[in-house]
Amino acid sequence: MKQLRIFIRKEFAHVLRDRKTLLILFGMPVVQILIFGFALTNEVKNSKILVVDHARDIASQQLVAQIEASRYFEIEKTAWNQQQIERGFHEGQIKMAIVIPVNFGQELMHQNDVQVQLIADASDPNLATTLINYASSVIQDYQLQVNETTKIPYRIIPETRMLYNPQLKGAHNFVPGVMALVLMLVCVMMTAVSIVKEKEAGTMEILLVSPFKPILVILSKAIPYLLLSLVNVTSILLLSVFLLDLPVHGSIVLLFAESTLFIITCLSLGIFISVKTDSQQTAMLISLMGMLLPTILFSGFMFPIENMPVPLQILTNIIPAKWYYIIVKSIMIKGLGIASIWKETLILAGITVFLLVISIKSFKIRLA
Amino acid sequence: MKEAVIKTENLTKRFGDFIATNALTLEVYTGEIFGFLGANGAGKTTAMRMLCGLSIPSSGNATIAGYDVYRETERIKKNIGYMSQKFSLYEDLTVLENIRFFGGIYGLSDDEIARKSDALITQLGLQNEAKKLVSGLPLGWKQKLSFSVAVLHQPKIVFLDEPTGGVDPVTRRQFWNLIYDAAEKGVTVFVTTHYMDEAEYCNRVSIMVDGKIEALDTPHNLKKKFNAFSMDEVFYQLARGAQRAE
Amino acid sequence: MLQYYMNTTEPMSTRITPPAIVADNLTKVYGAEKTTAVNAVSFMVERGELFGLIGPDGAGKTSIFRMLTTLLLPDGGNALVDGHDIVKDYQQIRHTVGYMPGKFSLYPDLTIAENLNFFATVFNTTIEENYHLIKDIYVQLERFKDRRAGKLSGGMKQKLALCCALIHKPTVLFLDEPTTGVDPVSRKEFWEMLKRLKEQNITILVSTPYMDEATLCDRIALMQQGSILAIDTPDAIIKSYPDILYAIRAEKMPALLKVLGTSNTVATSYAFGEYAHATFKEHIHQEQDIVSMLQYAGMDNIEVKRIQPTIEDCFIKLLHA
Repeated sequence: MKQLRIFIRKEFAHVLRDRKTLLILFGMPVVQILIFGFALTNEVKNSKILVVDHARDIASQQLVAQIEASRYFEIEKTAWNQQQIERGFHEGQIKMAIVIPVNFGQELMHQNDVQVQLIADASDPNLATTLINYASSVIQDYQLQVNETTKIPYRIIPETRMLYNPQLKGAHNFVPGVMALVLMLVCVMMTAVSIVKEKEAGTMEILLVSPFKPILVILSKAIPYLLLSLVNVTSILLLSVFLLDLPVHGSIVLLFAESTLFIITCLSLGIFISVKTDSQQTAMLISLMGMLLPTILFSGFMFPIENMPVPLQILTNIIPAKWYYIIVKSIMIKGLGIASIWKETLILAGITVFLLVISIKSFKIRLA
Repeated sequence: MKEAVIKTENLTKRFGDFIATNALTLEVYTGEIFGFLGANGAGKTTAMRMLCGLSIPSSGNATIAGYDVYRETERIKKNIGYMSQKFSLYEDLTVLENIRFFGGIYGLSDDEIARKSDALITQLGLQNEAKKLVSGLPLGWKQKLSFSVAVLHQPKIVFLDEPTGGVDPVTRRQFWNLIYDAAEKGVTVFVTTHYMDEAEYCNRVSIMVDGKIEALDTPHNLKKKFNAFSMDEVFYQLARGAQRAE
Repeated sequence: MLQYYMNTTEPMSTRITPPAIVADNLTKVYGAEKTTAVNAVSFMVERGELFGLIGPDGAGKTSIFRMLTTLLLPDGGNALVDGHDIVKDYQQIRHTVGYMPGKFSLYPDLTIAENLNFFATVFNTTIEENYHLIKDIYVQLERFKDRRAGKLSGGMKQKLALCCALIHKPTVLFLDEPTTGVDPVSRKEFWEMLKRLKEQNITILVSTPYMDEATLCDRIALMQQGSILAIDTPDAIIKSYPDILYAIRAEKMPALLKVLGTSNTVATSYAFGEYAHATFKEHIHQEQDIVSMLQYAGMDNIEVKRIQPTIEDCFIKLLHA
């Protein structure tokens, strides 16, 4: 036990004395949260939009006035035909267009059913979703006002069309995604690199030619990074609660338990990579390309899984980050308990056990 | 005849308050084999870097092949060759590719490269290995090849940093034959080594201790002066009192 | 079991303890091209002996070390360290041996004291317990004990690595090229430390590419390309040199070497420090004959003397054989 303690203390010394690693370790989560947070909160204010009002009746003017009054939108200009919308998007003057049909007021009053078209530039999907959401809520507000003054419940159904990226999926809640990314980076890359570093330095040879059990080498490499990763989880959660006003709806304890499970998954992967590689560069490259990229692509964080071709959809099931992402989203945003996510947890646990077993089995007690 | 190709005067390099190389003053002549000896940490590497134009001195003057170490480092680099034990050739390129590459970066024409690589491969007896990866060659051959590559562009001076470390005694001597050949053609050879018998092969040697040159003369005169039988003894007498670490 | 073992002068039954190292036809083959790094190497190291593997890079020294320290599995043959089989009993071996790999193998970001303390703990011991073993060496490092290992000079790194390999009082100490790249003064100091360790009855297997270090060992094996060329005490190897060796010097050494190299009376010749070493085809040559021959060839200030060969001469001879 004393051996283990000394070993872990040594690992901490390595991390704490290497300023660059330290900066990556603790700076990265903050930077990521800030980057994602900024992209989401700042740009939607006073977005320039274009209004095509075919109706030009009282109701449509009321609606336009209401939109203009909100702090989200600024009406760049009004236009009369579709071509102008297209040009507006191409020239980058506008982010969204609202098309109000002919006879808007009349249809609203008499048929109780009218469609408004919202067209957004979805080359920036985050922004497009946000704008559409805001516009929809403004329209909803207007609808409520109309409902108060009349007896018949009129309904406006906003019909949205996403340009350039029609399968856009909401990317609201990036925090679970950032958590998966950061843990993947910290645990997989750092663990792999720290073990390979010992191989490169020749210290691994000495450790192997000592009574110190190889399994303990693994354990003492894993524990420090487990602890550091939990610090990262905490800092991400603090940032998201206090900086981004995104509270944790579900159980914090459950969230940490699930995070620990995912961290162990990542650590096993890191150990596995370190066994198969001999240089720090290779370890880093494999961690980045082989682990991080699939996480970004296939976890559902950036790209919706439902729209992938079936073989890729099946492939996403072996990406641990996918399950972790679902779990965190459920706990943090939907506020669900273990009863709703036991299936995902079980799958993640299964992957973890599998990875842990093969990485420990493949850890060599000799060189080469 | 005695034209100095390396000329330094009080050349000094400081790192903070640490003086790595302290007032280095020496002259090395055309076609000379100059042994640059010193204990680990005596400041050899720092001095050599300044002479190669890789590191700007803190004070003092030096001209290498007639060029100033402060202002004309690019010209210096064109006129010198460099070989070290640690980095010499690309292991994952073939013998021929290495020769072409290094010929290319020194600006030799394609014709020259073709001609010289043929000559070099014949001279070293590497005809069968020309298209094999360097990683498969025995260390001694690698070192011989990398020396030949370092003098491919006919530099005025070639700097050799422990070129024979770990090489077997026979190959080591073959390596020195290459050095003699180069020196005969007028190339100045500036060499560091930990083999004291190799110090005897040099025309003159300097011994550095704690950043300063403590002795500079022919091996013969040094042994006389220190009343020693071998260069090993001379070195030991001088370096024994060394205080500092790398 | 092992043939080499049986061939020793002592009968096995009278041995109280097994020899420190017995290697029997140890073989290591690498890669798809089946390069033989170690080719059926056999030798034995007695307890308390300082045994040297002498040879250039690529001789197979490191592979032998790694097999004996259980880091590599042999592809043929077998070996016993401290009486334990290197394949089956690797765990026992790991408890008893000390190992200092060729390249710098400490943590550069830990201080001297931290490194030593770490390795002591890894080996289930404390610095205090075996301080007497490392005391001589450690006192030279102690005033820097809070300095990080990466900031030490080559010689000091070497000393620290030796301390770390010694801290658990190993029965057999494996030192793979401890003096490579180290200046002659530090090398001398290092060998003096080894001599003192030998007095503590620790068996030492050391490898080096520097031929001049061979005479500091009790027994040596001269190695080249995976095979042992000769194995004996340095004195015996020198005595077995078959020819008469002359050291020759003249005014112009390069010219002298050329003359010797082209003369048909010369068997072998090569530069050796300030002299040229040469052997001649017929033994009728007296010093005076050689002088006349060289004078005839235009050499001045000729000095010729018969000398005792060094290990390096023996090695060169064995390579040509």
